[in-house]
Amino acid sequence: MTDDERILRIGSGQGFWGDDLDAPVRQVEGGPLDYLMMDYLAEVTMSIMQKQRGRDPEAGYARDFIPLMERIFPTIVEKGVRVITNAGGVNPDGCGEALVEAGRRAGVQGRARVGVVRGDDLMDRLDDLMAEGHELRHMETGEPLAKIRDRVESANAYIGATPIVKALEQGADVIVTGRSTDTALTYAPMIHEFGWDPEDHDRVAHGVVAGHINECGAQASGGNALADWWTIPSMETVGFPIVEARPDGSFTVTKHPGTGGRVDFRTVAEQILYEMGDPSEYITPDVVADFTSIRLEEEGPDRVRVHGIRGGPATDFLKVSIAYSDGWKATGTLVYAWPDAPAKARAAERILRARMDRLGLRFDEVRVELVGWGSTHGHLAGPPPADHPEVELRVAVRSQDRESVERFSRELAPLVLTGPPSVTGFAGGRPRVQQIMAYWPALLRKEAVQPNLTVDVREV
Amino acid sequence: MATIQLVDLAHARSGDKGDTANVGVLVYDPRDYDLLRETLTVERVKAHFGERVKGEVERFELPNLNALNFLLHGALGGGGTVSLMTDAQGKVFSTALLRMEVEVSDEVAERVRGRGRVPAGFDPSVPVPVREGSVPGSGA
Repeated sequence: MTDDERILRIGSGQGFWGDDLDAPVRQVEGGPLDYLMMDYLAEVTMSIMQKQRGRDPEAGYARDFIPLMERIFPTIVEKGVRVITNAGGVNPDGCGEALVEAGRRAGVQGRARVGVVRGDDLMDRLDDLMAEGHELRHMETGEPLAKIRDRVESANAYIGATPIVKALEQGADVIVTGRSTDTALTYAPMIHEFGWDPEDHDRVAHGVVAGHINECGAQASGGNALADWWTIPSMETVGFPIVEARPDGSFTVTKHPGTGGRVDFRTVAEQILYEMGDPSEYITPDVVADFTSIRLEEEGPDRVRVHGIRGGPATDFLKVSIAYSDGWKATGTLVYAWPDAPAKARAAERILRARMDRLGLRFDEVRVELVGWGSTHGHLAGPPPADHPEVELRVAVRSQDRESVERFSRELAPLVLTGPPSVTGFAGGRPRVQQIMAYWPALLRKEAVQPNLTVDVREV
Repeated sequence: MATIQLVDLAHARSGDKGDTANVGVLVYDPRDYDLLRETLTVERVKAHFGERVKGEVERFELPNLNALNFLLHGALGGGGTVSLMTDAQGKVFSTALLRMEVEVSDEVAERVRGRGRVPAGFDPSVPVPVREGSVPGSGA
């Protein structure tokens, strides 16, 4: 095989923290694979992990990643599959530590190396950065971070492929990062294996598109696909996407034979559009990719070839993901049955609001939806269907005042005996009061982050 | 001319970025892309969502995917964990858009009617088997 014909298989194993835990096992056992990428982080995940770490200094990463690795460690070592994940959250070191122990329990001592990428966490540096003149203005409102500085719970820069490539060069078999971009987990191995020049923007842009396809797991291989969803085979054994990358940048999206799901023009195109902003400028730390240049061709059953992608130079900034506490909320539900279910639910809403007013509770927002009548599509759902069998009354409140939210959570249940009839479905108990973590996206000059990025590789 | 629902002409996927929902709309048949482009103007989409979208609507074209992408600003009640909406992450703004009624020629209406909906007699309790002979690289 010449270098030009070389194929690198990079499979997706998790699309979010809480995804199908058997999917990575199917990926490493079900056929050939070179790399397994697993994305664990969403906008609010870092703040949840930060909170867990506040209670337990050893926490702060995706804990279910460890038993998963213990399960697949012998297979990946035997087959030479390397794993790249951002499961490290706000504690990549703790995650790496636990991973080494999991490797030993799995019996791969001396046969695998664990790499940890750190330096994305800006929490301890925030005041210094602000003192140096980095205002970290909100990307949409333009307000400086100083406005909510005292309520910040986590702050992480989205980092690109460079430190992951470094860890691969140092021989790491399993690489754990903090807030790496989702896409870098897929294209870092391409840069490493094919020796791409980071300034070769078109090739790196291909990698970014491959990463965008891989980052949501089965959402590119039949999951959540609207087109002909009722014909998609065996979602109970869905094969997560696999990118077969070539040195010239072009790649084929597929999945292991015999698995469920579907990879075709429509499932891949739907995923490409997921969470899309301006498609001509998909910004990453390493390149700006033009998604309007993507060419998709079906080249066989469950095989889609992707090529033609243009890229441009990266910007001088990294995006920073900041989470800050912004009050409290709770959501509760009751179910009202036929006859006249919507009328009963609306009457219950009126009674509840009147009681909360009399109690002097203070809310920034009270939102009432009838599940079964427009809770998702609102007025677009049109007039109510005739004679509803039942509707669910869903009441959500939020407030800066925790007491008001606590009191709301005790006001819903009494409606069962003190409100309209034919009410049921309160088995779940009182609504849970949750702290709200709001999201503050900002930009930071690269030179404020990059010198702090470090890589540590150690033997299991 | 005839009236159809957009759901028969196109499929869609939506997601969120903060308080903004995005909806990507893709025609089933490339022949209908110009029709989609002419029909789904920013004004039309803004009017369709009405009070559900507080801010601006932006539109981007992806002729390579026979698709349009819309950004609906101020659509998610604050977005993320702040939002009290059932659909706080904007996952079903996609099908909310596909409810739109559009005027098409009789020929198009006849070709697409029912395309986007589960066929009569579909039984969700019957498993859909994995296709035989689905071998990667076979090119078949």
